[in-house]
Amino acid sequence: MTLLELEGVTASYGPVQVLDGVSLSVPEEGAVGILGANGAGKTTTLRAISGTVRAGGRITFDGKDIRGMRPDQVAALGIAHVPEGRGTLGDLTVRDNLRVGAYLRKDRKGVDQDIDYCLDLFPNLQERITSNASALSGGEQQMLAVGRAIMSKPRLMLLDEASLGLAPSTAKNVYDAIRRLRIESGIAMVVVEQNANLAFTLVDSATVLETGRNALTGTSAELRGMDEIRRAYLGG
Amino acid sequence: MGKFVQLVVDGLSTGSVYAALALAIVLVHQATGLINFAQGGMAVLSAYVAWWLTNQGLPLIVAILLAIVFSVVFGALVERWLMRRFERGDPDTAVVVTIGLLTLITGFAGWLWTYNNQQFPSLFPLDTVSFLGVSVSVRSLGTTAVIVVAMLLLQGLFVGTKLGLALRAVAINPQSAAFSGLPVGRLLMVGWGLAAALGAVAAALVAPQLTLTPGMLDNALVYALAAVILGGLTSPIGVVVAAWIIGILENLAAVYVPFIGFDLKVAVPFILIFVVLIVRPQGLFGRKTVVRV
Ligand SMILES: Nc1ncnc2c1ncn2[C@@H]1O[C@H](COP(=O)(O)OP(=O)(O)OP(=O)(O)O)[C@@H](O)[C@H]1O
Ligand SMILES: [Mg+2]
Repeated sequence: MTLLELEGVTASYGPVQVLDGVSLSVPEEGAVGILGANGAGKTTTLRAISGTVRAGGRITFDGKDIRGMRPDQVAALGIAHVPEGRGTLGDLTVRDNLRVGAYLRKDRKGVDQDIDYCLDLFPNLQERITSNASALSGGEQQMLAVGRAIMSKPRLMLLDEASLGLAPSTAKNVYDAIRRLRIESGIAMVVVEQNANLAFTLVDSATVLETGRNALTGTSAELRGMDEIRRAYLGG
Repeated sequence: MGKFVQLVVDGLSTGSVYAALALAIVLVHQATGLINFAQGGMAVLSAYVAWWLTNQGLPLIVAILLAIVFSVVFGALVERWLMRRFERGDPDTAVVVTIGLLTLITGFAGWLWTYNNQQFPSLFPLDTVSFLGVSVSVRSLGTTAVIVVAMLLLQGLFVGTKLGLALRAVAINPQSAAFSGLPVGRLLMVGWGLAAALGAVAAALVAPQLTLTPGMLDNALVYALAAVILGGLTSPIGVVVAAWIIGILENLAAVYVPFIGFDLKVAVPFILIFVVLIVRPQGLFGRKTVVRV
């Protein structure tokens, strides 16, 4: 069953068209990577899905046309966007950030359990639970951003460069935790990542964007085997 | 001594009115990043609504409560139908729009109810009570008490409820808040509505003393802005304390510093602002903020 489907998606900022017919298909409980150079349109693709940029083409989620919906409406359907730059709420505590993530939920008990789950997944957050998010390190903020997304109990998570600006070991920790989340929760994922090695530890398949178009699409194993992918994204 | 205490208590009471307006301004600024110069005008409009309702024979307290309800709705509509068009654009334009709104409301009130001073009945009796051995007016004490309660309720809302948490989240980063499903537009309307309600309370409390005119709160708005700058835009408690200081100093200076008198007392908060801002640019209680881009 396909959960998310993009067909011929276009988007522009003012007069500049940056997406020129992007396609993407994410199966239920699947994880799909989006690779590509800076400015290829990876972030814009996620924005088109979450409704933060106006898009053309077809975007369906669970069989339902979601193109043109407001971001909060898209979120309410079960799509959690973890944006580039993390988007943590700096003046709120770690716990309050997590509670904001659960805003639409009514099951208080479940919310408390999920907060515990986040703290178990990201033990670093445990000791910072009453600190303001702005006082966290970059890695901790990224963990918090993912935690906030978990709190909304999404069916699909959009992850935008979760490794950005992190030390390699921290980036690996974050991806290890996200992989564990994927296995334990079955949340489907769209994973935008510069670091293809990291991405391939998480995703089943991926597409490579070039100037707003799909240049290549394949399973992780296929893409890893290709020379051009290796040269461009895997460091030789 | 008796005179001094009475002046301080009176100052606290006018300071509380400035504080309520100032908090309304901070509330809107936190949510939308702009200063609403029409906050006082909107409050006066609600006082006229209350006055009109009493003239229709409603008891004063009922009229004031209905006027507060009117303010919540009016504030929310102003956000939805007017300010939303400007919130994402140039902040200077939005501020000019609020000044335009102030002019519009003042003109509308003057056209409908004339510019003549109207008597507004007082919630509190004009008696005095003995307090610390001196007599102070019930009205001043009552005004201060009501506004302190309103502020505590607001504080409780913000720190103790889910709605308050959501309002704070939207104020910090509306786009990121929307990713968690927060209905940003509706929450902004709530923020404007609450701010307008606070202004309505202030207007109803101060109207008996100032008498009702379309420009009744113009001066108070200036003092409230002074309190906002003095207290620091990010600190509700700082703003309230600053408003009280301004109210008290204004009263004391008018009586005890001969050359200031009642004509020059409007200058007091500004002298204070200059001094404070030279020493602490972020205000007395404000934090240094990094501008969001
Ligand atoms: N808010 C914006 N306004 C105007 N142009 C933008 C905006 N955001 C992105 N762009 C442009 O759109 C193009 C695609 O940007 P996008 O952020 O989607 O790329 P990306 O693949 O995520 O790149 P990166 O790896 O650097 O994050 C770029 O040319 C960029 O300059
Ligand atoms: Mg990007």
